[in-house]
Amino acid sequence: MFEVKSDPALWEKLGMDVERFKNMPPMLTQAYTNIFLGQKNRPQGMAYFDDCVANIHTGRIHELVAAKEAGKPVIGTFCVYVPEELVLAAGGVCVGLCGGAQGSIADAEKILPRNICPMVKSAFGFKVGRICPYFQAVDFVYGETTCDAKKKTWELLDQYVPTHVMEIPQKKGPRDKALWLEEVKGFKSAVEKITGNATGTQEIAEAITLINGKRRALQRLNSLRHHNPSPISGKDMLLIQQIAFYDEPNRFIARVNDLCDELEGRLREDIGVAPVSTKRIMVSGTPMALPNWKLHHIIESSGAIVVNEESCIGTRYYKDLIDESSQTVDEQLERLTERYMKIDCSCFTPNDERIDQVIKEYRESGAQGIIDYCLQFCHTYNIEAVKLRQACEKEGIPFLAIETDYSPEDVGQLQTRVEAFLEML
Amino acid sequence: MRSLGIDIGSRNIKAVVVENGRLVDFVCTETTFDPLPRCRQLLASMGAARVMATGYGRHLLEVHGDIPTITEIKAFARGSREMFPDCRTVIDIGGQDTKVISLGPAGNVIKFEMNDRCAAGTGKFLEVMAEALGFTLEEFASLLPFEGEEVKLSSMCTVFAESEVVSLIAKGVARADIARGVQSAVASRVAGMAKRFSLDGEVVFAGGCANSRCLRQMLEHSLGCQVSVHSVPEITGAFGAALYAAEAA
Repeated sequence: MFEVKSDPALWEKLGMDVERFKNMPPMLTQAYTNIFLGQKNRPQGMAYFDDCVANIHTGRIHELVAAKEAGKPVIGTFCVYVPEELVLAAGGVCVGLCGGAQGSIADAEKILPRNICPMVKSAFGFKVGRICPYFQAVDFVYGETTCDAKKKTWELLDQYVPTHVMEIPQKKGPRDKALWLEEVKGFKSAVEKITGNATGTQEIAEAITLINGKRRALQRLNSLRHHNPSPISGKDMLLIQQIAFYDEPNRFIARVNDLCDELEGRLREDIGVAPVSTKRIMVSGTPMALPNWKLHHIIESSGAIVVNEESCIGTRYYKDLIDESSQTVDEQLERLTERYMKIDCSCFTPNDERIDQVIKEYRESGAQGIIDYCLQFCHTYNIEAVKLRQACEKEGIPFLAIETDYSPEDVGQLQTRVEAFLEML
Repeated sequence: MRSLGIDIGSRNIKAVVVENGRLVDFVCTETTFDPLPRCRQLLASMGAARVMATGYGRHLLEVHGDIPTITEIKAFARGSREMFPDCRTVIDIGGQDTKVISLGPAGNVIKFEMNDRCAAGTGKFLEVMAEALGFTLEEFASLLPFEGEEVKLSSMCTVFAESEVVSLIAKGVARADIARGVQSAVASRVAGMAKRFSLDGEVVFAGGCANSRCLRQMLEHSLGCQVSVHSVPEITGAFGAALYAAEAA
């Protein structure tokens, strides 16, 4: 029997609202069981990721606390613009923070305005309500300036937990790269302040190789799922990409590669999780943070399969590698900056390379249509969807844009729209 | 062979029987809070070999009766096309949602728009406004558009619009003029949605709200073109579903 584990003593130690939080594991157990465990023909390698969910509030937290007690920096993050290599080079741990649940939004709305992004509200609410063990365990939170809601919320979040903000430029010219390089150096210093040691070339090189390894493993996994029949469901793929943000990287890489080996075996025998005739959907757009499985669950419950996520919790996180040949720290930071500047977030203008990337991934994944997912009040992705639609119309790619949040109130309407879209294919 | 289409809407259940591609029987009844027994009654009394369900409550029959389903988008497209063979755009204002569907030359759905999450500007909205103004739906629907000075309503939210209506009444504005303002606001909202598409060919106005002559004329005014309306526009979806049922092997 699957069960998300509880550890009230640990939570108490972290200063959490234990009375309230103790209801969370049973709720997650139920949701996870309903959404994931009933899927047909799941790969055996998913057992590890089920276990990650079972230990999400306990096992992994113990690891973070142990790292922290050993004097290692533990940094909470939100974005894909985090130079996580620099945290790992300092012997630290990088964890993506929770921001995908409806449950913490009411906490946030006691302070924040209602009409802003649900991810920002959810994340902020987790801290304010003291209902996220990760948030409680971090030394500081890494924030960035990819949108106005985040940028201004960090000022408030800093009242609850130290928040280091990196400025993300909005264009990609030489002076923007220079700015970001300065910000990378500032982030490096902030991490080193916790350890008291400067990180050297060797440590950074190892961290770059490690995180490249994570990216390569995810690239390998993603290209295997593009096969028809897909050897793994979209929901399971989304989950793995979500776990990529908080699991221990060495272990994660090994398990993803094990899973890839299993899937290669499936490919040889043409074993899939759904018949070849299943309609194949690619999702593009804004991130789906844990435990946001809303859209994937609707799509796959309507008889289709998701075959790619062009998203921060998706290919945007791992499509680009860092050049590993640098000899000095300065060179390493430059290569690192170049890699991070390739990220095609809609906060940039212009951002036409993203449109090309979406079309490219559509072709590679063998999808038959694109559903663009926009979190409510995410203006940059929402407006960019207009250009994406134009490009899809030009290419003859079926395209559906949806805007939603974490609440269940619009599930009926979304279901109708998704089903009608599938009927069109 | 008799084939039945059943459209379980948020306000009404519509059932249509077709035989040899022709509509031979239909029934409309309220959905209520317990639609399943009503559906079963309809299925039993109308007797058909093949059934297809559509509408907001379609999955109820899928789960409880193993009946195949299609979305109301597909059903309205098919029904409208059968009623009006040159139809290229369908505007459907139902009880809780509004849809605009664009059809290809062969009648297939090529694009659609739908209001998300709230029932602003839908049939339920009109119902609440009519009640606030003391009109029956029939009186509301048969008003002549644009008599006297035009009243503009700024809100489409059922709750806010009701308070706006109350304040207009308090200012002494004639209730018929407010009623026109309400319908005009709905018409321009839907027209805005429809204008995202190129309105080539015949535009069909379907769904229960198409029974309002007032709304229809205002919609034509906002769109700048004529719309075609069937004599019983609310059965369009059920009719489309029945036609698909007939084809299902």
